[in-house]
Amino acid sequence: MKFEGKRKIWSDYQKEIADDKFYYVRSCIRQNIWPGSENTYLRVMRDVLGKDVYESEHHTTCTGIGYHTEVVPLDTLQTVVARNFSLMKDSGYENYNPSCVTSFGIYTEIFDTWHHFPEEKEKARKFLKEATGREFEIPKNLAHTSDVIYKFRNEIAAKAKYKFINKHTGKPLKVVDHIGCHYAKMFPAKGIGGAEYPYVLAGLVEAWGGEVIDYPERRHCCGFGFRQYLVKANRGYSIAASKKKFESMEPFKPDFIITNCPGCNYFLDRWQYALAEMDGKTYGGEGYGIPVLTYEEAAGLVCGIDPWEMGMQMHQVSVEPLLDKIGVEYDKSKKFKGKNGEDLGKPELPNNLKFCE
Amino acid sequence: MNKIVAVIGGGVAGLETSIQLEKLGYKVNLYEKDSELGGHAGKWDRLFPNRRHATEVIDSLTSRIKDKVQINLVATVNQIKRENGSFLVEANGKSQKADAIVLTTGFELFPASKKEEYGYGIFDNVITSAELEKMFADHGKPQSTTGKTPEKIAIIHCVGSRDEKVNRPYCSKVCCVTAVKQAIEIKEAIPTAEVYCFYMDLRMFGPGYEDLYKEAQVKGVNFIRGRLSETSEMEGSRVLIKAEDTLSSKPLKMTVDMVVLMVGMSPLPSTEKILKDLELSPNNDGFVQVKDYHLEPTHTKAEGVFVAGACTGPNNITDSVNAAHSAALEVHKYLTSK
Amino acid sequence: MVNFGYTPLPTHIHDMDKASLTLADSISFEDASFNLCIACGSCTATCTAGSFTNFSFRQMCHQIKRGESKQAIAESEKCMLCGKCTLACPRNVNTRNIIRLVRKANQTI
Repeated sequence: MKFEGKRKIWSDYQKEIADDKFYYVRSCIRQNIWPGSENTYLRVMRDVLGKDVYESEHHTTCTGIGYHTEVVPLDTLQTVVARNFSLMKDSGYENYNPSCVTSFGIYTEIFDTWHHFPEEKEKARKFLKEATGREFEIPKNLAHTSDVIYKFRNEIAAKAKYKFINKHTGKPLKVVDHIGCHYAKMFPAKGIGGAEYPYVLAGLVEAWGGEVIDYPERRHCCGFGFRQYLVKANRGYSIAASKKKFESMEPFKPDFIITNCPGCNYFLDRWQYALAEMDGKTYGGEGYGIPVLTYEEAAGLVCGIDPWEMGMQMHQVSVEPLLDKIGVEYDKSKKFKGKNGEDLGKPELPNNLKFCE
Repeated sequence: MNKIVAVIGGGVAGLETSIQLEKLGYKVNLYEKDSELGGHAGKWDRLFPNRRHATEVIDSLTSRIKDKVQINLVATVNQIKRENGSFLVEANGKSQKADAIVLTTGFELFPASKKEEYGYGIFDNVITSAELEKMFADHGKPQSTTGKTPEKIAIIHCVGSRDEKVNRPYCSKVCCVTAVKQAIEIKEAIPTAEVYCFYMDLRMFGPGYEDLYKEAQVKGVNFIRGRLSETSEMEGSRVLIKAEDTLSSKPLKMTVDMVVLMVGMSPLPSTEKILKDLELSPNNDGFVQVKDYHLEPTHTKAEGVFVAGACTGPNNITDSVNAAHSAALEVHKYLTSK
Repeated sequence: MVNFGYTPLPTHIHDMDKASLTLADSISFEDASFNLCIACGSCTATCTAGSFTNFSFRQMCHQIKRGESKQAIAESEKCMLCGKCTLACPRNVNTRNIIRLVRKANQTI
């Protein structure tokens, strides 16, 4: 591997990311399946980096999931997106900052559509006006939240309490970076590092002491694929896609997986459980599986935020072996305690996948 | 006769044009941007279809112009100006007069790193056809980065050809036969090696080319119809490649020790500036536009400016030599009628 | 093991790292004309058996080259050895002999 070759490509694909005053929009599904991550983003941005991040309670889905499952038509999608832009206009903010990779993909796709087919933009303007009386403006800057964390990766590193280094061996942790398909595959120029050798997460891992693994199926889909998962009859396809990835990364013995997409986080984590229960096979971590982190959790860990405050007990694959490698301090007894100390109850234990109670 | 012709580019076309013009009695100023004559062919080990050494051809050409024409090496032509019905050609700060110009600027090999998914410049054992030629010249056989002899080699056709994604929609003509030639040479150098050619169509257009293809088949070279989609680096710097085996409509993958990319011919960026000076425009593919593709293939639309060789589009040596003869004759007709 | 109501789909990719090419190698050793196929399909177009069944001599050769020996051997049974394909082949592949070799391999395997 010639790293200078990769660096060359990375430097070819850079993009403008706002420095401050972000209009933050949440993902539809993350708060259910990874409830602490978005909150962690706000903590890191506001408390660690001192940035101004604004949220509107009126923001809705971009309809990306419906669009990709072909139940929401393009006109509806454009009108809903136009409404979200009009909310931003009301707030006075200009830097749109979605937390979901599919939303980010939807926005880049819509900008491109409006660029090539201005009549579509006018249509969205008309529909929005008729439906809500609202008007919108196109954001000055569009960046995914992982882009923003990438931009401030060195500031975070400078304030870091921990590094992605195995404290027992002193060696960098081996990390698989998995990028959501909709981040840059449609528009490579909109992704840091492009689509072929994305740098957006690799840059974080490098800056925080870890080592990125390049494994053969790095470009492969996590297995979500929207319709492929949502329809039960197709789930064999979905889980086969994840299995292909795990088999491909297994020989490289990753310490953890980092992803920037809500669906990828979910499927790479939960399918490890399903595969263990179906096939009796786990892909690392001596039967515990390979922990899957969001970039916000990764940033939070580095900054010394308590893993249970970030909701890491919600992972199917236990994070404790990873925390122990990094040397993160945590209280075992608090794993299943709520914010005010109330008992959250313990999950049922899997048969095959080992789990830290 | 004391008329002067400037020939720009010292590859096969430029050398042959210079030879012919000198024989017709003209004073020739030959400009070459590199430190040696011979162009791309001069850096090649052996030539298709008969696999003679490239040096034989280049040495023959260079020996025939030696001491007979003015050879300017490391001479990039920066500017060409028209002045009183003739030209002023400036290279390395020195301007020389010319009564006619022949563009023989050639091509550049497609920069393979533009096909990001192929991993050229990133993965150790992904090389170009030109680099394989150098290995043959230096060691007589291919060598992986660790110095090991590769046992399984994939040859990838159409890299930077027939590909709109990298703005090279045209066929580069000579890569198919080059691939077949190199596959045979690998088989001869390493008899136990498995060689796989990934092609879309095999365009064996010249005399002896189809025979060469058949020879490769007999020698056990495998031909898989499908374009490479992506490569990945495996342990030991081996390379995993993926393509569709289109004849069975199924994806296919295999791990090889070396991937050889058949890089196509691309327009040479520095030719663009010369065209601008002469108020000429490139054709759709970015090569020099000739005046009439069928009837005046060595004329340009500019008076006194002629053209030969691969700067007009992908070409083999025979085509370049033919075009050089034609261009020299057209220059002669032009200068005698002037 | 838990029954989820679905299981990972089997892959249908040609994995050439795992393919066994013993049959291909032995046929090509015995009759080098096997290598000369250019997949033009003349053989299948003219094939008597191919008009009424899904037999394709071209496809059978391809299966052999991808290590799908079992399928190829089953295919070879459909041939009537009439020889029309030998007449049509522009590359002079000894098609009848290839069928014979595949069947012979079946007896020795």
